[in-house]
Amino acid sequence: MNKKMVNVQQAKVIDKRQALRKMWEIRIFEEMIQELFDAGELYGTMHLCIGQEATAVGGAGILKKSDWIVSTHRNHGHCIAKGTDIRSMFAEMLGKKTGTNEGKGGSMHIADLNVGNLGSNGIVGAGFPIAAGAALSAQMQGTDQVVLCYAGDGATNEGSFHEALNLASIWQLPVVYFIENNQYGMSSSIEQMVNIDKLSDRAKSYGIEGITIDGNDLVAVSKTVSQAVEKARNGGGPTLIEALTYRHKGHSKSDKLMYRSEEECRQWQENNDPIIRLESELIKNGVQQEADIRQMEFTIRKEFADLVASVKSDSEPEIEDLLTHVYAEGEA
Amino acid sequence: MRMITYLQAINEALDEALAQDERVFLLGEDIGVYGGGFGATHGLQEKYGRQRVRDTPISESAIAGVSVGAAMTGMRPVMELQFSDFITVAMDQLVNQAAKIHYMYSGKAKVPLVMRTAAGSGTGAAAQHSQSLENWMAHIPGLKVIQPSNAYDAKGLLHAAIKDDNPVMFYEHKLLYKTLGEVPDKPYTIPIGLADVKRTGKNLTIVATGSMVNKALEAAEIAQEKGISVEVVDPRTLVPLDTKTILTSIEKTKRVIVVTEAVKNSGFSAEITSIIAESKISMKLKAPIVRLGGAFVPMPAQKMLEAHATPQVESLLDAVTQVMAEIEV
Repeated sequence: MNKKMVNVQQAKVIDKRQALRKMWEIRIFEEMIQELFDAGELYGTMHLCIGQEATAVGGAGILKKSDWIVSTHRNHGHCIAKGTDIRSMFAEMLGKKTGTNEGKGGSMHIADLNVGNLGSNGIVGAGFPIAAGAALSAQMQGTDQVVLCYAGDGATNEGSFHEALNLASIWQLPVVYFIENNQYGMSSSIEQMVNIDKLSDRAKSYGIEGITIDGNDLVAVSKTVSQAVEKARNGGGPTLIEALTYRHKGHSKSDKLMYRSEEECRQWQENNDPIIRLESELIKNGVQQEADIRQMEFTIRKEFADLVASVKSDSEPEIEDLLTHVYAEGEA
Repeated sequence: MRMITYLQAINEALDEALAQDERVFLLGEDIGVYGGGFGATHGLQEKYGRQRVRDTPISESAIAGVSVGAAMTGMRPVMELQFSDFITVAMDQLVNQAAKIHYMYSGKAKVPLVMRTAAGSGTGAAAQHSQSLENWMAHIPGLKVIQPSNAYDAKGLLHAAIKDDNPVMFYEHKLLYKTLGEVPDKPYTIPIGLADVKRTGKNLTIVATGSMVNKALEAAEIAQEKGISVEVVDPRTLVPLDTKTILTSIEKTKRVIVVTEAVKNSGFSAEITSIIAESKISMKLKAPIVRLGGAFVPMPAQKMLEAHATPQVESLLDAVTQVMAEIEV
């Protein structure tokens, strides 16, 4: 074993006001794409992360621009938190050539390598080894980059999870595995799918640290991720973080929510909404006034409505674009 | 020119590529001190260290996935999959990830990885260690598929594969590892997508892939004694496929046999045959196309059964007789 003891410096303290704005951006982005979908203006599918904004902002939002994220099908929050251009994300959702992926990716594959977003994945668990590979690149090239790999609770039952964590551990790769345990893998509750209380306990099998936190507490998330990132940056290897959270909406647009009670949803939405929790704290501590927050929310809605209006007149891909980018041209 | 084995040619290409480019590294099961499942990486860890020649756990999905992640972020991984049959365990990373990323991200990411693997039968290793599944990969847009049949091609094509900016599947054949060929001692590349006429002839073309190329050449020698002049075309790369060289040969000979070691059903021979059938040359053929391939069975372990599961020189000679006997309409 080549584990090093690493003296982690003080965790990065997140700016709560800026974080709240980011969390609202994520929620409003998703509310607007849902409206577009319901109005028949948006083609395809989407997996909303409403209710999980704290894990997005407390995780990807505290990384350096040069750090990387690897995301999942429930990716909009991660992408926005890592700094992916929101206009380009709207454009991608609406199938425009100006989209992040020029219309070839859609909701599930939004990527922006310029801001460290290595992309989102339609295959559950596929990101674990890819993140290890990017971390290996950083280690071999001697950069200080760290990879934050998002995955859902269901993904921890994929073989790729176990293979990648073991490999990341033996090579002490600078990667943080971040499980957003939103309680359900599509319709299956995690309680029915695993026989352990904490998914983070699985870290023990691979000789890495495992931590379970309240994923709807922005400060707890950012502090834990920040510590794990700095540990990884300083050669301390990977960490497995499990953040307990909840998706307010269904798995995807086809979900009729037959598998969970209205009472359960209401409990999470009314008592454990990460945005309401942060707002209450900021207002209680006199950091921000309720009116200022509502003004901010209104401003974001207006800004995004303008973005959508302008994206609508962007051009769509040409038929010729169908056949481009199948292969990269040229040699090394 | 000096003669070295197919295996040595691969080892030499890896050695040269590691020396040429800092971004190149090798990873796979037992590739270090052990030298790889078949010896292709022998001595390289000693020379380049454990960082650049990395032993991995038995985790094919992780080996492939790590290669994808590293390739996307500036490295040029060359992974070894000990037996090509194990591709089944790494399939998501190769098919859904490596092959798709460049397109899904509209060209903003590249995945320059090489997957080297030992394929084919003839060692008595039975159904899970003897398959020729290259046709699977040839069906996936985004992957390039290479199948060298001799030492010279193996070295030049492996160099090209490592320099290529795409995911490349590099199928080596276990029985070819010990075959000798003339190979330059300097690095060189053979363009991916260029078929090779391994022997020129007038009466008949055999399009043969991988291990079948040598068998086709042997059959051609025997046929020559009977006065039949056989041309042997080796596509060398299944994707991209050099249809021009194949069709030019058939236009000249007007008779064709297509032979692969992989099972005939839904195999790559069907692809080549269809390309011929769809071309205007099909109107000029003097005999129906004959297709030879493996029997539609999992590979048996017993020697005689195994030999009968794939085309042999005798079956090729029977096919030659059949094609030559067809009367011109």
